[in-house]
This record gives sequence, C-alpha cells and structure tokens, in this order.
Amino acid sequence: MANVQEVETLDVEAVNSARVRQPLYAGRKKIFPKRAKGRFRSFKWLVMLVTLGIYYVTPWLRWDRGPFAPDQAVLVDLANRRFYFLFIEIWPQEFYYIAGLLVMAGFGLFLVTSSVGRAWCGYTCPQTVWVDLFLAIENRIEGDRNARIRLDQAPWTARKILLRTVKHALWLVVAVATGGAWIFYFADAPSLLGDLVSGTAAPVAYMTVAVLTTTTYVLGGLMREQVCTYMCPWPRIQAAMLDEHSLTVTYNDWRGEPRSRHAKKALAAGQPVGDCVDCNACVAVCPMGIDIREGQQLECITCALCIDACDNVMDTLGRERGLISYTTLADYNANMAVATAGGAQPITPALVRTPAGGLSDRLKHFRITDIVRLRTMIYFAAWSLVGLAMVYGLLTRDRLRVNVLHDRNPQFVRLADGSIRNGYTVKILNMVPEPRTIVVSIQGLTGATMSVGGLDQPEGRSFAVEVEPDRLKTMRIFIRQPAGHVAGASERFDLLVEDKSSFESDLYEATFESPGKK
Amino acid sequence: MSEKEIDGFSGVATTGHEWDGIKELDNPMPRWWQWTYYATVVWALAYMVAYPAWPLVRTATTGLLGHTTRGDLQNQLAAAEAAKADYVAAVAAKSVEEIFADPELRNFATAAGAAAFRVNCVQCHGSGATGSKGFPNLNDDEWLWGGKIADIQTTIAHGIRFAGDPDTRFSEMPGFRDMLQPAEISAVAHYVASLSGIAADAARSEAGKAVFADNCASCHGEDGKGMREVGGPDLSDAIALYVSDVGEIEQQIRNPHNGVMPGWQQRLGDTTVKELAVYVYSLGGGE
Repeated sequence: MANVQEVETLDVEAVNSARVRQPLYAGRKKIFPKRAKGRFRSFKWLVMLVTLGIYYVTPWLRWDRGPFAPDQAVLVDLANRRFYFLFIEIWPQEFYYIAGLLVMAGFGLFLVTSSVGRAWCGYTCPQTVWVDLFLAIENRIEGDRNARIRLDQAPWTARKILLRTVKHALWLVVAVATGGAWIFYFADAPSLLGDLVSGTAAPVAYMTVAVLTTTTYVLGGLMREQVCTYMCPWPRIQAAMLDEHSLTVTYNDWRGEPRSRHAKKALAAGQPVGDCVDCNACVAVCPMGIDIREGQQLECITCALCIDACDNVMDTLGRERGLISYTTLADYNANMAVATAGGAQPITPALVRTPAGGLSDRLKHFRITDIVRLRTMIYFAAWSLVGLAMVYGLLTRDRLRVNVLHDRNPQFVRLADGSIRNGYTVKILNMVPEPRTIVVSIQGLTGATMSVGGLDQPEGRSFAVEVEPDRLKTMRIFIRQPAGHVAGASERFDLLVEDKSSFESDLYEATFESPGKK
Repeated sequence: MSEKEIDGFSGVATTGHEWDGIKELDNPMPRWWQWTYYATVVWALAYMVAYPAWPLVRTATTGLLGHTTRGDLQNQLAAAEAAKADYVAAVAAKSVEEIFADPELRNFATAAGAAAFRVNCVQCHGSGATGSKGFPNLNDDEWLWGGKIADIQTTIAHGIRFAGDPDTRFSEMPGFRDMLQPAEISAVAHYVASLSGIAADAARSEAGKAVFADNCASCHGEDGKGMREVGGPDLSDAIALYVSDVGEIEQQIRNPHNGVMPGWQQRLGDTTVKELAVYVYSLGGGE
C-alpha cells in the first residue's frame, strides 16, 4: 500500500447534502470550488473555448449572397422578417424549419441524456460555461479555494476591496460582452458595432445589452449553482430520461468502502479497508457543493470534476483510477453484488480484489456498445427522421410561389359586351435574392384573357412581370371570359407562374365565377 | 391568542389556527416573495401619485404625469394623421392621372378612397360598388359620363343632376307618353330591346327603327351607341341601368327615371374626391 500521508485531507463539508437537508429558509452557504486538474477539466476548457468561440465569432462571419441580400453568414433580420443561415434563407411562413430544429434539439437532448447522462448540464449549458468562466476569473484574481475562503472571511481591508472591485469589474466586462455579442445576430454586426459605440444604435439594442448584462452577471457571477438547483426545470425532467444503462458520475462504494483516513493502522488491526481515503478532494472541487459519495443527487450536473480530483488521489496512492467514474447503474449494481457476495455481507474489499491485489475480473466496466440499446435507437431514429425530413424539405422547397385570392365582392362583373370579368389579388413570392422575370399565364378557362391593374399590358393569356429580389409582389388581375365561352356558375382553372431561366414554377388552382346559364 | 405553541416535529411556532387537528406552521415568507411584495407596495404608491387615482366629487385626482385615456387617443390619432401627412399633401398637389401613375401614391389613394367609399358611397352603390337597379355598377366598363380617371373625378366632385352644384353633370330624358302614340312607343321599345339582344318582336322592332331615328337618335346616336357629351346612354350593350325587358323599356320611354347623385366636392373636399376617383378607377372598368 502506498503512502497515505501524501494525500492532503481537505476540511470541507457538502453544502447541499441529502443527509443533512438545510432548512428551506436558511441563507445560502457560499461554495468555493477548488480548481481541478485532469482529463475532464481539460475537456471542459476545450468545450468552453469552442462554445464561446462559436457564440462570439459567428455574427462576424460573412457569406456572399449577391447585391440584394445581407452578407452576414448568420442573421435574424427581424425588421425584414428573414432568417439567414449560410446558404439557407428562411421566410416567416417557413418557420417550421425552426420548429424542426427545436424538435431535433429535444430528441438530441433525450438521446444524449439517456446515454451519457446530463452531459448538456455538465459541459455545454450556457449557465455552466459562463459560471466556469466567472470562476476562472475569480480564481485568477483571488486565488484558489483556500485563499478565497480566507479573503471572504477577512475584514474589509484595502486589498480585499481592490481584489473584489477588480473581480466584479471583470465579471461585468464579460457580462457586457455577452449581451453585446447577442445583438449582433440581429443586425449587420460591423455597422451595429459602430452605431453602438457612437451611441446611435436603436434603443432596443442598448436595452437588450443591459438585460443580458444583468442576467449574465447575476446568474453567472452571483447565483451560480442556485440557478441549476432552484430555477432550472431540467434537473427534474432528467429523472425521466435516465435509466439503469445511462452513464452517471458515480462513487463506486463497492470499492471505496469502508473508507478510512488511517488505512495503515486499520490494516494492521486486521480491519477491512476500501480505496477511499476520505480526503474530501471530490467535495472540494464540486461547483454544486455536493458530496458525490452520497449517491446520485438532483444537484449533480455531471461535470466530472470529482472524477479528476479522485483520479489524481488514486494516482498518488498508486491505486487504479475510477473510484469515482462514469458508470451505469446496472454495472454499479452488478459490482456491488460482487463486493457484498450478493448482499450476504457488508462491502468486503477482499471480494473485489484478486489475491495479487488487482481488481477482480468479475467486475463490470462500461463498454461503448452499452450506448446502443432500443431506447437510444428510438431517440436516434426520431432525431434522424426529423433531420432527414428537413434536409429533404430544404432541397426540394419552392423559391417561387404564388397565392391567388378571388374577389369576394363582387364575385363577377358583367361588361358592356356581355363578357364576364372576375377580379383576383395575386401574390407572387420571389424567395431568392435576385430580381426575376416571372411569366404569369392562365391554364384552362377557354377564351379567357387577363389584364393587370396598374400595368400597361395588352390583354392576353399570359404576361411577364419583374419581381424585386427577395420580395413579394402583389397585383390586381382581371380575367375576362367572352359571353360565348361562359360555361357555368363556377369554373376551375390554374394560374401558372414560371421563371423561364431557372425553370421554377408554381401553380394555383383558382375559380372563375359567373352568373351561370339561366 | 394564548402563548405561542411550538410544533414538536419541526420546531417552528404555529399560527394557533386549527382545523380538525391540523395546524399551520408560522414559517417566514420566502425572502424574494417578501421583497416583491414591498416592491409592489412602492409601485402602487408611485402609481397613485403619477396617474389619476382618487375619485373626487366631480372629477378625480389628475396625477403628476397628466395622463388621460382621451388624451392618449388624441395623441394616437394625431400621430396617425402626421404619419400620412406627406401622402395627403402629395395627393392634394397632384392631378389624379399623376397620382395613378405613381405606384406608392396610387396604393395610398386607393386605400384612402376605399375607406371614404365605405362611408359615403355604399348606401347607393353597394359595398362592392356593384350598384343595383337604378344605381350604376362601378366595376363594369359602361360609363354614362366617361370612364377616364379625370371624368370620374368630375362626376364625383359635381354629381349628376345635383341641384346644389351649378357645374353638375346634367341631362334629362323627356317623357314620351304624350309625344308618341302607344303603338310607336311599343315599337321603339322592341327596337331598343333588339339592339342589346333582349328578346323582341322582329316586325315591331323593324317598325320602331324609324321612330328611333326621328325621336331618340339625337341623344342616343344613330346606332343607339349613346352620346356622352349630352349624357345619352349606350342602348346597344349588355348593361342597362333601369331596364331588363321590353315592358321596362316602354315604361322608361313613357316616364323616364332621371337618377340623381350629389356632388361631393363641397362636402368631402378636393383630396378625398381625388382618392375616391382613384379607388373607383382601380375597380377595373376604367378607360
């Protein structure tokens, strides 16, 4: 057995404990998470870099759409009711693509949670990312856990005032930058930045920045873990998403118990000793202030920092990593059965160890294939179906559409020569950012001709009209059928719109009303 | 109330209320709740000072901001007027042809004209401007006084046979009951019916031709196609204001209707008349 003395035992108590529930009206106890080091901490830094990078850089990416559309790669143009995402442009009536994305996000979350637990909470949730960022700043200014506790308890000296001012000022800078980046998604980023600095931007821009600055500062800097525990619904929903095959951050007490701070003495006395040296490293690093050794808890966001902390201790002790690990409940139960001889006796370290001292090969470990099971397959299938349906929709969607509204009053007009005329409001949607010449023609309705209100156009079966780029053109169209051709009270026909250069077309089935034969 | 009773399980005082042995713990309010409550009290006091709040005998306190709902409405109406002021000025300054040629101005004038039409014109011409017997349909291409946009403007401005306007359009068809024999009236009625394809007796129609040439052609034209300068309607087309068969034509010859439309210039002003002209012209029958 290695030198137990090398491991520092930390004086820390879980703030949120299942065993000792705080009274509901107790004031919040501050949490001072210690900086962890290890695989998961590095991964979290990487995720933070990527997610914040996407958030801050995206509005500045350019995408050439020609002279008639904005060149911002991702833009929510509320004023003109257009949404641009790279080569995709969405009109308000195509909002179902956004709905589809939300459905995919939902199924994606189910899929991720049922296979790897609350990975969203632990790594990519904005609350987690920004709290991590705020904690990193706090750590840089005030020092690590012990220094921060000392500072918190110290009287208000000039040094404390200085450190606190600098910390809050930096937090506010981050908060302003967060709100500031958000608004760039809604307008041309470079020109908005200029307006913002010169004070000429729209009031709503400043208000949005102010609101998001406040929420970022308050939620990320001041409230931190309370947001997850008290405000967020996901910790409640996740219980329905997890099953015995989902990965959760687990303290493997079948291996750790009975824990002892004095392993050598206990061993010498012939008592069984588990791997846990009760150093509290896992509690000290927890940003949620829990003790993972009490089992799965509502507060746990599975950030896995306790795994890093414990792995470092196990390395020092020369024992196998994974006393705290990502484990499924099924594996845990199987291993527990091994450690307790099927529940016949208390946890017995000897049962999980080979005579040579290694871990028994009867123990179960997570294999990547465990993720593939009926439930996750169903989630994945639903997720992919929605995705494929959206891709199919995007590839085949019309960029030229026509809507025809028949006049309701009057339904028809008899003209001097006895012919019957119907009026229509025709709306042509040119959904590409290029001007197009659209040919409108009557299909069917023998003998009928049409004229366009406000357009000098000889009466005929078809006419061409210029439609502005990325716009809807509304026209009044009058269709006239000579007296001899009028068939009955109501006759169906099609109005066809065509772009002769791209061969796109759309058809609208309309009705021609007449007094009918008497 | 007697002494405070402490609940043994939670260690919290009870309120002393009891319902069938169930007692209520006197727990403190959540702090956020309490602060929200105080904030609403402060808000209410501030609101009371800033806005009308207390009813007095004849009036009410006015509040520091001087807000009234009536004033609000006036402001909104004024804002709406101000928003369209440029268009109204342009309509006032330009001729109806110029207004119609400018798509933006045409849109504005058509919408404004439609609104004015619904208030002033639908009583006779109907909500779809389709008219009815004796009241012309404005959608079709039959115009008694001209279907050019300026003609329509003149008609709306000064009316037809309108006593209140010296510039009004005027024509009067005389009653022929004393001037023609009943047989002649019948003959000419059959002839007029035949012009527009209404069922008529061929022999009598032939006889009516001469009567028509002698008595009617001066206003309705040799071929019955009408003369706009004198307000003589076209009798040869499919549209007629008062008649749909020979009997009604006879009636009209004996004792004609001469419908009246008021002039709107004095009542609505030049701008609204122009807007109405653009709207009527846009209905599709304009020339």
